[in-house]
Amino acid sequence: MNRLDVKHLKKYYTSQKAVDDISFSLAPGSIFGLLGPNGAGKTTLIRMITGILFPDEGDIIFDGQSFNPDRDNAFIGYMPEEKGLYKKMKIGDQAIYLAQLKGLSKATAMERVKHWFIKFEMQSWWNKKVEDLSKGMQQKLQFVTTVLNDPKLIILDEPFSGLDPVNSNLIKEEIYALAQKGASIIFSTHRMEQVEEICDHIILVNKGQKILDGTVSGVKQQFKENIFSIGLDAYPPVTDAPFDIINQNNHQQILKIKEGFRSNDVLQYYLQKQVGINSFQEILPSLNDIFIKLVHGTPLARQFETVTA
Amino acid sequence: MKKILLVIQREYLVRVRKKSFLYTTILIPLVIMGFYAAIFAIGISGGSHEKNKIAVLDEAGLFTPAIENAKGDESTYVIITGQSLESLKGTYKSKGYDYILYIPPVDVTKDTKHIQLFSSSPLNVNQKSKVERTIDNAIENKRLQSANISREQYRSIQSDVSIENPVLNGKEEKKNVAFVAQGVSFICGLLIYIVMLIYGTMVMRGVMEEKISRIAEVMVSSVKPFQLMMGKIIGIGAVGLTQFTIWIALIATLRYALHIPGLDTAMMQQPDKVQGGALTAIISGGLGNLPWGLIISCFIFYFLGGYLLYASLFAAIGSVVSEDQSEAQQFVFPVMMPIILGFVIMTKAMADPNSPLVVFGSLFPLTSPVVMMGRIMYNVPVTQIIASMLLLVLGILFFTWLTAKIYRTGILMYGKKVTWKEMIRWAFRKS
Repeated sequence: MNRLDVKHLKKYYTSQKAVDDISFSLAPGSIFGLLGPNGAGKTTLIRMITGILFPDEGDIIFDGQSFNPDRDNAFIGYMPEEKGLYKKMKIGDQAIYLAQLKGLSKATAMERVKHWFIKFEMQSWWNKKVEDLSKGMQQKLQFVTTVLNDPKLIILDEPFSGLDPVNSNLIKEEIYALAQKGASIIFSTHRMEQVEEICDHIILVNKGQKILDGTVSGVKQQFKENIFSIGLDAYPPVTDAPFDIINQNNHQQILKIKEGFRSNDVLQYYLQKQVGINSFQEILPSLNDIFIKLVHGTPLARQFETVTA
Repeated sequence: MKKILLVIQREYLVRVRKKSFLYTTILIPLVIMGFYAAIFAIGISGGSHEKNKIAVLDEAGLFTPAIENAKGDESTYVIITGQSLESLKGTYKSKGYDYILYIPPVDVTKDTKHIQLFSSSPLNVNQKSKVERTIDNAIENKRLQSANISREQYRSIQSDVSIENPVLNGKEEKKNVAFVAQGVSFICGLLIYIVMLIYGTMVMRGVMEEKISRIAEVMVSSVKPFQLMMGKIIGIGAVGLTQFTIWIALIATLRYALHIPGLDTAMMQQPDKVQGGALTAIISGGLGNLPWGLIISCFIFYFLGGYLLYASLFAAIGSVVSEDQSEAQQFVFPVMMPIILGFVIMTKAMADPNSPLVVFGSLFPLTSPVVMMGRIMYNVPVTQIIASMLLLVLGILFFTWLTAKIYRTGILMYGKKVTWKEMIRWAFRKS
């Protein structure tokens, strides 16, 4: 059973089709990358999944049941892109308050908050106010408050912005650990290298529609362009080869195999030329390249349109 | 339901625990008490410290045989002879005089225009009127003399009426109600007006804080926007009630401790006509005759009703303004207008409690909390009170429903300037 099934979700505003028929599924324990350019409809999509907005059309199935925000809120943790906490409230009180709003009893909330504060070495913050914290510290606190209720579904929108590498790693490890324990994580970011590192599954939305859906490796395979790097003893001039050279230096050659040939043909070519081959490796496109390729050509800012529906 | 209680609890505790809450709660009654102790002190002393020495150059013989000070005038008058006004002007200061009073050599019983009082700086009105009364007395004496009337005869001719206004309500005559009723009405209306403004804007600031600090989005992923809004409104309302309770208790204790009579006593004291003690007796008599059950129950009802009505409006305003504080002004003004209008109508209700405008104002939910308190003493028909209360309850339900929709959308809008048109569209959009 999937943790979350989103089926034909639609949300139209007067000037924009913010989300236009998006479907996807999310398995327990998977880390799911939600990608898309600014204004693609990611936030609207997330707000519908968290129960903040109601979809105009479509269904959200949470743990096999039709999504009911009142009941299911308790199992969802949401860290929005625009992070915020009560600035004048004491940090310990605030964490307990937010956990209680997720349905935890005061005692359980207290216990969980203490557990996380010790884990993240935040005990000394208890009686401080949020305004006394640096931006990175606030981010850490925000992450803790998001996962206090042991959610089954965690939605993280740019969770690493403003964090130093040490704290980024700390949170990354926690994300892995939570996924290991069965939580499903939706991870929204513009940092493609983080997606490649963390996510196992991605979807890409643009102009309110899903334009790509698959595992990270599957997507890379799908968009591969038959580009290889080869390391040789010497680089003889190339004539009548089954490939074109894209780039070459003293250590390696980057080549693109011509239509109708395979990688073996490249090796055969060099074997015939009696050149020693040290390495041969396929270069898959980065998600960054795929993102730019797919989104390229769409205007930088989304245009307003008239919606008739 | 449990969540709304949590929100109420937080909103309440956060504010009550603030140092500023402590300060305002304790300082405001002290300031009020200090203020009215000062008024009272000034009233009692009656300018007794103003013992001026005045050089009198009486060229008309007005003050012959002697100067008789008017009641309350404690200046010392010294008749100067054999010196011209011009030379006196140069020397009066060094001789220890504060002013020069110059009576020109004309018949002052007929022509008083040229009497002058010279001083180095402008005199205060109080001091000037005292000197004027002394001169008036002297002129009156001259005129009485020439008309052959004695002072006693003159006094018996003068009239100074202060009429009583007993209220007939079928059962018993109630004395001294009108005058006290007016004071109590005004204070009740004023309090509700202040509550709506102070605590209403407190709600607005709270909502703005949530929006600006961007916690709103986290909150509404746990609680419904309506719960968040109502939790805040009720929590701040409870802060207001707490503050009022403490103020009333403090003022009562301070009054008891310092033996200072009511504020109204000090304000309305007119020492020439009524002695302080007599006035206090009138007020306490009047207070005893007021329909207190009606007043208190109406006050609590309109106090809470008015607050709830305006708090939801202020919450909606708070949700649509973004970081720019000054932007709030353009939205706040239209909400303040009916409150201020209500206050103006209430002051009219003091004079004419049954005029059509006042009746309308006491029924219309946006003004009724203030206006109805202003006319509650003047035998308002029961049907009107019930209608007014019913309309207020309906008004609260309607505006809460309307503003909750604006709030829900507004609180998640960032960096966009919201127009009135958009707000109205959100409010009436089907959900």
